[in-house]
Amino acid sequence: MYRVHAGGTTYTFSSLKELLAKATPPRSGDVLAGVAAKSAAENVAAKMALADVPLKQFLNEAIIPYEQDDVTRLIIDSHDATAFAPVSHMTVGEFRDWLLSEKATPQKVSALAPGLTPEMIAAVSKIMRNQDLVLGAKKAHVITKFRDTIGLPGHMSARLQPNHPTDDKKGIAASMVDGLMYGCGDAVIGINPASDNIGAITDLLVMMDDVIRRFEIPTQSCVLTHVTTTIDAIAKGAPVDLVFQSIGGTEGVNSSFGVTLAHLKEGRDAALSLKRGTVGDNCMYFETGQGSALSADAHHGCDQQTLETRAYAVARQFKPLLVNTVVGFIGPEYLYNGKEIIRAGLEDHFCGKLLGLPMGCDICYTNHAEADQDDMDILLMMLGAAGVNFIMGIPGADDIMLNYQSTSFHDALYVREALGLKRAPEFDAWLTKIGVTDASGHLAPHRPGNPLLSHAQALAA
Amino acid sequence: MTADPWANLKQFTDARIGLGRSGSAMPTHEVLNFALSHAMARDAVTTPIDWNPIEKGLADLGLATLRISSATSDRSEYLRRPDLGRKLSDHSREALMRAAEMESGRPDLVVLVGDGLSSMAVAANTIPYLAALLPHVTKSGWKLSPILLADDARVALGDESGEILGSKAVLVLIGERPGLSSPDSLGVYITFSPRVGLKDADRNCISNVRQRGLSYEEAAFKTSWLLREAFRRGLSGVNLKDESQFLIEGHKGSELIG
Repeated sequence: MYRVHAGGTTYTFSSLKELLAKATPPRSGDVLAGVAAKSAAENVAAKMALADVPLKQFLNEAIIPYEQDDVTRLIIDSHDATAFAPVSHMTVGEFRDWLLSEKATPQKVSALAPGLTPEMIAAVSKIMRNQDLVLGAKKAHVITKFRDTIGLPGHMSARLQPNHPTDDKKGIAASMVDGLMYGCGDAVIGINPASDNIGAITDLLVMMDDVIRRFEIPTQSCVLTHVTTTIDAIAKGAPVDLVFQSIGGTEGVNSSFGVTLAHLKEGRDAALSLKRGTVGDNCMYFETGQGSALSADAHHGCDQQTLETRAYAVARQFKPLLVNTVVGFIGPEYLYNGKEIIRAGLEDHFCGKLLGLPMGCDICYTNHAEADQDDMDILLMMLGAAGVNFIMGIPGADDIMLNYQSTSFHDALYVREALGLKRAPEFDAWLTKIGVTDASGHLAPHRPGNPLLSHAQALAA
Repeated sequence: MTADPWANLKQFTDARIGLGRSGSAMPTHEVLNFALSHAMARDAVTTPIDWNPIEKGLADLGLATLRISSATSDRSEYLRRPDLGRKLSDHSREALMRAAEMESGRPDLVVLVGDGLSSMAVAANTIPYLAALLPHVTKSGWKLSPILLADDARVALGDESGEILGSKAVLVLIGERPGLSSPDSLGVYITFSPRVGLKDADRNCISNVRQRGLSYEEAAFKTSWLLREAFRRGLSGVNLKDESQFLIEGHKGSELIG
């Protein structure tokens, strides 16, 4: 039982699960689930009660029982008490104060990750303002490598997302040229396929592999299909760089995705066996997003942000190259408007980073959400300031396959210019070598000798 | 403005490539084109449906109608509370119960037209699609109940409606979530033995029915194929795969697709 006296009223919360849910900044998904605070005052009272909870309590009180859920078991069984020791005496509120203080250096914050549970980080995020989520995340440096180096401080990468509604190879190739000529693609060239047919998937993998090898691009490719399909493709000899999977924060939501922890291990082992990385071997690409557990009716009465952080506990077991929170894709019944999407994007990035993950964000919305590109500009700017590892690059911000809006190649240029963020160093050097950018990393005037331009001409011929 | 010399690649994709740039930004006309597409998609979501012309069009086809609504109170609640969009309002439930009492014998098929997320899609596509479907219905001898016109509807609203009317199957026509380049796309959902509590996996879906998408004739053909198979096998959903394209290809130019 948790109790707090605030504004002349005594509020009680029967469990940590209820306290976390009621302390969450307002969002439509928690109302839909029936777990949100009943009033604005109860919301703040819950934050006050939560601030006084010792971090140790999170090791004693599981929000989903250990016996019922393999994600809970993973969290408890993999907890590192030694890493936790420097903050083990703190409450949630004291932890926030420490994290934002000069004492919490990037080195100390990054070393903490294995000692923190998702629920601890979810708790501290709930009592933070948006600006705290920016500065807190900025202290957690997470660097990963495959054919280039992603996540260095002062750098930001972008996924080139050249989707096409029928997987038309010329259509995809056209969007790839466009993105590369705009300096995008250092995080991954990643296609959401329309088909889940293994032959079609393999064709796309071969096509991207050809482009990457032919132009010697220091980046990696990925077709975002189910992990079991990728495992089959690897067995049949397809050129797989990264293994993709959507994951969530409960055993039930993962089961609704048709995936188990064993599948993920098998997928990683299969990709590692190919030894296709040149500067590192981080070979997993995960996508997450608040609301997936409620959508799968597997939320156990928990709030959606806490469950999202539990997905990161799954991700970190597999040393991913990239973790992408697809924040506004799920729709207004989970995140209603620009304000809720912005908040959720900042929370996810902060929580993922503190848990040691290479967090990127698909800064996005659907047409039935109360949001537009101006809202995305705000989230993009704040995530850029917070040190986001990567964002999406989609032609004109309009994904014609998935029917939603994200960030464009131009948006990536904008945030680089506004904040001075650089691309992955290997990729940056390549862009300069072939003449896409000048030595300062800015787009250069188009030069006839650029091999990508010749490629574009050949495609059109 | 800096132009992109590869803009001729636009011939291969509808993606917004080769836009050119003004410094790091999109050129003015591209920013405004995007804003217009988004505005049209937003209008498709928020504009209330006008059922009058649809009722008239259905009357011209010889079809009776009945207006119903879900349990949501306004458009904002509709967007936040999909659970309420799947339930009938008390008033509509009573109206359907009265209609069921007046009917003689169970209908084979209930057709529910719901605004969903695009009133534009429903306004543009309902009549031509149903006009294409009717010959298949007549040919199969299926008994129809009055067409239900539903405000603030989600797909599962058809489950409760079909159950009350005692129908063998329900066909839900609904405005799909609008894309930036396709604000007027109609979805068609087929559910065998409709009843409260069914899941998406229990339905078959035909998507992107619109003038510039899947044609009305083809959509109607797929619908009747799926309905016949659902009646024959006593199920719908993931265990009923749409294999109608083999028939369409085999009968190209025949009376089947008009």
